[in-house]
Amino acid sequence: MGTTAVLDRWQFAVTIVYHFLFVPLTIGLAWFVAGMQTAWHRTGKEHYLRMTRFFGKLFLINFALGVVTGIVQEFQFGMNWSVYSRFVGSVFGAPLAIEGLVAFFLESTFIGLWLFGWDRLPPRAHLAMIWLVVAGTSSSAYFILAANSWMQHPVGYAMKGGRAEMTSLGDVLLQPLQITHFFHTIAASLVTAGLLVVAVAAYRLRRARREGTGPDDPDVRLFRAAAHGALWVTAVASVVVIGVGHFQAQLLVRYQPMKMAAAEALYETQAPAPLSLLAIGPWEKHPERNNVDIAIPHGLSVLSTNNWNGEIRGINDIQREYEGRYGPGDYTPIIGSVYWSWRLMITVGFLVLLYSAAWLWTIHRRGWASSRRLAWTAYAFLALPFLANTAGWLVTEMGRQPWIVHGLLRTNDAISPTVGTGHVITTLAGFAAVYGVLAAIMGWLMVRAVRAGPERPAPEVTREDALPPMLH
Amino acid sequence: METAGHFDLQTLWFALIAILWTGFFLLDGFDFGVGMLYPFLGRDDPERHALLATILPVWDSYEVWIIVAGGATFAAFPGWYASMFSGFYLVFFGILLALIVRGVAIEYRNKHDSASWRRRWDVAMPISSAAIPFLLGVVFATITRGVPLDPRGDVTGGQGVLFSGYSVLAGFTLVAAFALHGALFLAVRTRDGLEERARGFALALYPVAAVLLIVFTVWTAVQASSSAPYPTPVYVLLGLSLPAAAASGPLALLKRPLAAFAGTSAATVLLVAALFARLYPRVMVSSTAGSPSLTVYGTASNHYSLVAMTIIAAVFVPVVLVYQVWALWVFRARLSREDFARPPTPLHMITAKRPGSSPGGAAAGDGE
Repeated sequence: MGTTAVLDRWQFAVTIVYHFLFVPLTIGLAWFVAGMQTAWHRTGKEHYLRMTRFFGKLFLINFALGVVTGIVQEFQFGMNWSVYSRFVGSVFGAPLAIEGLVAFFLESTFIGLWLFGWDRLPPRAHLAMIWLVVAGTSSSAYFILAANSWMQHPVGYAMKGGRAEMTSLGDVLLQPLQITHFFHTIAASLVTAGLLVVAVAAYRLRRARREGTGPDDPDVRLFRAAAHGALWVTAVASVVVIGVGHFQAQLLVRYQPMKMAAAEALYETQAPAPLSLLAIGPWEKHPERNNVDIAIPHGLSVLSTNNWNGEIRGINDIQREYEGRYGPGDYTPIIGSVYWSWRLMITVGFLVLLYSAAWLWTIHRRGWASSRRLAWTAYAFLALPFLANTAGWLVTEMGRQPWIVHGLLRTNDAISPTVGTGHVITTLAGFAAVYGVLAAIMGWLMVRAVRAGPERPAPEVTREDALPPMLH
Repeated sequence: METAGHFDLQTLWFALIAILWTGFFLLDGFDFGVGMLYPFLGRDDPERHALLATILPVWDSYEVWIIVAGGATFAAFPGWYASMFSGFYLVFFGILLALIVRGVAIEYRNKHDSASWRRRWDVAMPISSAAIPFLLGVVFATITRGVPLDPRGDVTGGQGVLFSGYSVLAGFTLVAAFALHGALFLAVRTRDGLEERARGFALALYPVAAVLLIVFTVWTAVQASSSAPYPTPVYVLLGLSLPAAAASGPLALLKRPLAAFAGTSAATVLLVAALFARLYPRVMVSSTAGSPSLTVYGTASNHYSLVAMTIIAAVFVPVVLVYQVWALWVFRARLSREDFARPPTPLHMITAKRPGSSPGGAAAGDGE
């Protein structure tokens, strides 16, 4: 692979992984904030309003970076991957354009109306604004995942004149792989945001406890409610993540057998196939075997085919088949990376489920007595969904290699022929530097906002006292 | 590949993309102007805050116009999208960096209350707000005037080919025009003295913008006469654009800022339309002998894609327009220093005034 192609891939990886640190949090927090505001609307309890505005602030700090890094992703296809863009524009461009038209306009317009419309819109209309933001961010995920799913499993197209031309938009937007991708991602976003809410609430509760604040304090009430709700959401959403992930994996066994064989480090076709728990192979890009493989007999067969003795094809077998179909070449992704990313993602899924269930049980049995332990475990768990989200993308994107569009176009052949190595080095370094600075600024703002805590409850104010409203 | 004929979807999509770019320049155009001017127009922080607040609720939705223009180009004319973005690689990198910095500056400036923090964003904002229209001006001038293309349609000859006298003039023209556009917008959207100062800025900017605009328009017209396949619409659009721009100065002098703003708005729309009219039916003009220009027909997606996208656009574009106009209406109030001088807690404000009463002319708001 040429140097430029390697750098193009690094640039895409760096920018997308960075972008995807913010996206799930934005999607998830939008649901949380909308839920909190709905609770306020329904009950009229002030702590729900303060909760809405407090987490709304964290949502906005995060949203800004999601927006500005998203635009890089769109332009990058044309900038670094012009052969790809020409090849798939008709199919891949469509969901991208629809995402802009349907989702981005919605979220960007209504987030402005929500943020600055508190005193200009009647309460019910104002509540509708945040739900429209939820619709915008979530549908944005839908369309971009549809575009990505098409790269994993091309459908609804015909090859003509050396490029893929769309023959069915319905197929592109509604293929089974895409449906599972979408629900998996939305549920993972709720887990991500849920654990952030838990961690923030745990910090505030711990602080209140240290300051000797009693359970009747409005802040304590606010954050207990927030943590409790978020733990429920996290528990339920992690069940969805795991469940949907299971069906997704079954589809992938059918559509991208190489990816799944690599994810399981399964070299030879087996029936029944065992489920690998811990495989250690030679430290190579494409090892031929595992040195250590601790496995559950029949496990993979049952999970992948719903059949006790189902046959699962191995890497070596698929490699031979692809050589027959596509000509000589290397059709194996980097096995260690895919295997361990896959395991990391799944482990986090189960850990989060156990964690939230355990805390719900503890709170149910013993109340809020152990806020110190809640705080420390919550901080530790905050990092996990981000790791799992990243690992998920690594499995999806690295597992697809050497294809940029599975079976149709190789990544190596997809780069812009006129963009030189020096240019890509410049932009890669530029993005990395700017993104680093932005991450530091954003993290600092988040920490500051959490430290400052929610706005204090309003004293009684008369209309005459009402101060001029302010912006931002 | 479809050719010109019965129902020309390629032309329709070219027009739609032209409309998206026009919308972007019209709407984000005054955002750029506000971004360039507010640190100079506002003497202290509450004033700057008030000036910036005129675009805070809406800038993000205006930036989506360029995102959709990019996405629509990708979907409808993949060949154009691929050649333009890869051919102008470093320029688009510059545009991306400026878009990132500007977005973060707008969103983060008021999230922390320290003088040095805000001063830094007040430096970053004007630079990035000027860089974006400048670089986009260079890109559009270059693709209408001619770029070296190889037979495949890829730009050859490095990034240097982009910077000609004409393209640099286009860049400066857009920067000056948007500064004027933004100053007039601020004259419409502020009060208590700020609008007077904004009007003064507009009057000072007017001669500069006028000279650049006249030179650019004449140059464009001359070039169109020798190279545009359909020169007449170009002359008409340019011919209308100039008086619309010219009217803005006298109207501002007569204290009719809204009419003057309408003038710069019309001029922006007509000028961008003229550039696209000059281009059509080409999408990138070739300056290389033997390599033909890229056209809407040569770079388009297949018929099915265009039909599917047309149906979706027909449904959603009107909806988007309706709610964007509604958002403009919701945030029509004039702002002043007073609105930001003594910030109350927002919670205070909400609980005091619900439901939905808003004193005339006051701003809406969330708190920091």
